[in-house]
Amino acid sequence: MINPTEYVPKSYHARVSTYWWLTRWVYLKFILREVSSVFVAWFVVVTLLQIRAVTSGPADYGEFQRWLRSPLLLTLNAVSFFFVVFHAVTWFNLSAKAMVVRVGGKRLPGIAIAAPNYAAWAVASGAVAWILLRG
Amino acid sequence: MANRITIEVARYHPAHDEKPGFDTYEVPLRKEWVVLDALNYIKDHLDGTLSFRWSCRMGVCGSCGMTVNGVPKLTCATFLSDYAPGPVRVEPLKNFPVLRDLVVDTSDFLVKLGKSKPWIIRKVEKPLDEEYLQTPEELDAYKQYSMCINCMLCYAACPVYGLDPLFSGPAAIALAQRYNLDSRDQGANQRLDILSQHDGIWGCTFVGECTQVCPKNVDPAGAIQQYKLTATTEWLKALVLPRGGT
Amino acid sequence: MIFRSDPACLDTGFSGVYHRRSALMLDISSHDIVLIGGGGAGLRAAIAISETAPNLSVAVVSKVYPMRSHTVAAEGGAAGVHLAEDSLDEHAYDTISGGDWLCDQDAVEAFVKEAPLELMRLEHWGCPWSRDPNGRIAVRPFGGMKKTRTWFAADKTGFHMLHTLFQTSLKYDAVTRYDEYFATRLLVDDGRVQGVVALELTTGKIQAITAKAVILCTGGCGRVFRFTTNAAIKTGDGMALAYRAGAPLKDMEFVQYHPTGLPFTGILITEAARAEGGHLLNKDGYRYLQDYNLGTPEPQPVLRSMELGPRDRLSQAFVHEQEKGRTVEGPYGPVVNLDLRHLGAKTINEKLPFVRELCLKYEHIDPISQMIPVRPVVHYMMGGVHTDLNGATPMKGLYAAGETACVSINGANRLGSNSLPELLVFGARAGSAAAAYAAEQKPPGRHLLAQALDEEARLQDQFLRKTGGREPIADLREEMQKIMENCAGIYRSGDSLSGAAGKLQELQDRFRDIRLDDRGHVFNTELISALELSCMLDVAETIAECAMRRTESRGAHQRTDYPARDDEKFLAHSLTYRGADGRPRVEYAPVTITRWPPAERVYGR
Repeated sequence: MINPTEYVPKSYHARVSTYWWLTRWVYLKFILREVSSVFVAWFVVVTLLQIRAVTSGPADYGEFQRWLRSPLLLTLNAVSFFFVVFHAVTWFNLSAKAMVVRVGGKRLPGIAIAAPNYAAWAVASGAVAWILLRG
Repeated sequence: MANRITIEVARYHPAHDEKPGFDTYEVPLRKEWVVLDALNYIKDHLDGTLSFRWSCRMGVCGSCGMTVNGVPKLTCATFLSDYAPGPVRVEPLKNFPVLRDLVVDTSDFLVKLGKSKPWIIRKVEKPLDEEYLQTPEELDAYKQYSMCINCMLCYAACPVYGLDPLFSGPAAIALAQRYNLDSRDQGANQRLDILSQHDGIWGCTFVGECTQVCPKNVDPAGAIQQYKLTATTEWLKALVLPRGGT
Repeated sequence: MIFRSDPACLDTGFSGVYHRRSALMLDISSHDIVLIGGGGAGLRAAIAISETAPNLSVAVVSKVYPMRSHTVAAEGGAAGVHLAEDSLDEHAYDTISGGDWLCDQDAVEAFVKEAPLELMRLEHWGCPWSRDPNGRIAVRPFGGMKKTRTWFAADKTGFHMLHTLFQTSLKYDAVTRYDEYFATRLLVDDGRVQGVVALELTTGKIQAITAKAVILCTGGCGRVFRFTTNAAIKTGDGMALAYRAGAPLKDMEFVQYHPTGLPFTGILITEAARAEGGHLLNKDGYRYLQDYNLGTPEPQPVLRSMELGPRDRLSQAFVHEQEKGRTVEGPYGPVVNLDLRHLGAKTINEKLPFVRELCLKYEHIDPISQMIPVRPVVHYMMGGVHTDLNGATPMKGLYAAGETACVSINGANRLGSNSLPELLVFGARAGSAAAAYAAEQKPPGRHLLAQALDEEARLQDQFLRKTGGREPIADLREEMQKIMENCAGIYRSGDSLSGAAGKLQELQDRFRDIRLDDRGHVFNTELISALELSCMLDVAETIAECAMRRTESRGAHQRTDYPARDDEKFLAHSLTYRGADGRPRVEYAPVTITRWPPAERVYGR
C-alpha cells in the first residue's frame, strides 16, 4: 500500500551514462561509423606522405615503402581499411535516406539511390586496380 | 510454450523512492497477449498500485510506449510470446523524466511539437466551397510524415535527445517536414527559421535509430536529413541571391 | 494554445491556491468556457470558439493528451455530400431510415447541410484526404448509404482528422489545455452549470475551473461492455457527469454493434473493407446476408445492399447464423469470415493498409491471401446527453457534442461514417452557441468554492482515505461487463433486462465497499479506474432501464419479447433522469418529423 503523501510534483531524471553507446549494438555501430572518419583522415595523411615521398626522390620513396611494410603500419592500415569500407557502406546506405528522388510521382526505392553509389565505387576501384596491376 | 512468464517492472514513486527499482511478477503467457495485457493483468489481479498509460490497444493512440528489454516499443503491439521464456523487463521510455512507475513526463515533447508550427500556413485562404486540388502524387510526397502517432519512441531511441534535451527531436522535425511538403502549405520559410537553428536539424547526427523504432514507418531520420539538404540549398540561394530571389 | 504549467495563463481575477487539510491542494482557475474532452468534438468546439469569439478564454480539460482521444481510432470515413449526382435530401433520407425513424429530422437536415462544409474546412486545415487522380477529394461507398459520399484518408480517417484538429488548435493562444485532468463533478449554482472540478493526474491536485459555460465532449461508454472496439478511456464520464448534475440522457438503450471486429481484441475492421468489396461468409463460404432481406449477392458492391446494409441488421444476421449453427467456431467463440482476397493486393494496400497491418499484427493473417475472422462488437452509443440542434442541454450553461451527446441524428442506429462529420458539425455548433451564451453571463459566483471543497472532501473520504474495502475494482468491472453483454446485447428480453437492473443496483452497493491499495497522489491510475467504474455503473443502469421500458424493437434495440416496431407508443425519445433515490427515471419526448414520415426500412431492393 502506498500512503498519502504531500503534493509532490517530483520526477526522476536518469543521467545518461558516459557509456550509453555500449548499451545497444545499434548505438555502438553508430559510434563506430563516427569513429571511422578518423581512419578516413588517416588514409588522407598516408596519401599526402606518399606524395611527398614520391616527389623527393627514389631513396625517400623506398624508405617510405619500408615504413609501410612495418608490422605496426600493416596492422594499422588493415584496421583502417576495414573502417573505410565500413564508412563507405554506411554512408552509401544512408544516402538513400537523405535523398528523395521521384520518378513519375513515385519515390525511388532506397536501393535505386544506393546502387549507383556502389557502382561508381566499383568502377573507381576497378580503374585503380587496372592502373596498379596492368604492369 | 510454458504457461507463465516473469515480468520485471520498473517501479518508482516520487514520494518515497530516490530512484527506480524493479518488482517482479508472474503472469500467464498466452499466445495472443501483448506486454500491455500482462501489465493490465498485474494491475487488475496482482498489484493495483502499478501505474502506466494506455488506451486504444490497437497501435494508434500512442499512449503505451515503454522500454521492453531495453528497446522502445508500443506495448500494445509487442507480443509476450516473442520474449518467451522470459523474463521480460519493462521500463519507462528512456530520455524522459519519470513521474511514476512507467509514466514519463511528456510536456517537453508537446512544447517541441507546437514550436515547429504544425499547421497549414497560407497567405490567402480559399472560400469553403472550394478545395485545394492535390494529386495522389502530391499527397504521397508528405503522407509518410503525416502518420506519426506521437508515441515518442523516437525520442526514447535518440541519444542526441538524451544528451541534449534542447534538441527539437525526430517527431517534431518530421511533423514540420510533413507540412513543408504539403502542396497546400506556404509556411516552409517560417518553419525553416525555427528549425535551422542549432537545436533544430543540425543537432541530429544521424544515428538513425528513430526510424528503426518507429512503429508507423514515419522515417524521421530521413525527414531530418532531407531537411538539412533543403536548409543548405536555401542558405546557398540566399548567399548567391542576397535579395531573396525565391 | 497555452500549457497549463505556464503561470501567465492563470486568470488573476479569480484564482488562487487553497491549502486544505494536510494532504491535498485545491487550485482555482477561471475561464469563459470549459470544454471537457479533447477529441474531435472538443477540439472542433475549441477552434469554433476561438474563431467566433477570440476574446473568450477557453479551457480544454482532458484525461488524456488530446491526440490520444478515441477519435484517433475511427477508420473508414466521414460522410458529406460531395458528388454532383448526390443530394442533401438523399443523405438525410439514408440517415433517417438508417436510424429507424428515431432521428430528429430538423437536426439531420442541419447536419447533412453542414457536413460537407465542415469536411472541406478540414481539407483547408491540411487533413490528408485520399484523392482521385485529378486531385479532387475521393469518396467511397459506405453501409446504408444510397450514394457514394464518404470522404476518407485511407483507412485512418479519424486519426488524420484528430491530428489535423489538434495541430491546428495549437495556433490559438486563447485555448488553455488542462492535459491529463480527470473531471469529477460539474459545478452547478442557481440552476446554471458554471464549471467543473477536476483531478490533475500528475500531482493529485484538485482543480476547480469556473466558467460561464461547460461543453461535454467526452465520447461514449463502450467500456461498459466486455467486448468492444472502444479504447480504455471510453467510460461514459461525461454522460455520468451530466446525469448526476440533473441533465437527462437520451435514447441510451440504443447501443451499436459493429458487425466486424476481430475476436479476442475487439479491434475494429472497418466497414470500408466491405465498401471496397469485401464479402461476409458463413462457415459454408455462403454470403448469408442474402437470407436476411438485405438483397441478392452481386460480385461488385451494391449500395444499401448485402454487405453495405446497416450495422444493426448485419449484427442481427450474425446472431441468426449462429443460432442456425452456420458460424465458424473459433478459440474465442463463433465467428464468420470477412473475405477480401478477391480485392487484390493493390486495393488492399492502397485503400485498406491499416486493416492489413492490424490483421498481420494481431491475428497473424494476411487478408491478401486469407480470410479475416470477425464477429459483432460493441462500437458506438447512439444515445447520450440530451441536446438541441445547438448542443445545448436542458441545463443552462451545459452543452454537449460528439458521441457523448444525443442531438439526435443517429436515432436507433447510426450509419457508418456519420459520426465523424457529426462531431465536426455539432462540435462547431456547440462551440458557437456556448460562446454566444457565455458572452451574456456574469462571472461565476464565489460560492462555487464551497462545492469544490465538498468535492475534494468526497474524493478524500470515498477513495483516498478510505480503508478496509473488500471489492476489487477489476471484479466489479468484469461483472458489470458480463451483465451488460448477457442482458443488453444485440437481442434483449424483458426478463433478462429486469434481472440486469437488479444486478447493477447490487454492484452499485458493492462499489461503496471498493478496495483501493494506492493512496498516492502522483498518477494514481487506480483512483482513476475507480472513478471511471462509478461513471460506468451509472451509465449502465440507464441503458438497462431504458431498454427494459422500450417494449418494441427498433434499430439496434431488438426485443425478443416485442419483435415489432411500435410507432404508436415508441416513436419517442427516452429521457433518463437521475431520480432522488439515485435510480434512473425514464420519460419520453416526441421525435421531430419534418418531411419523412415513418416507413418500412428497405435494403437491397
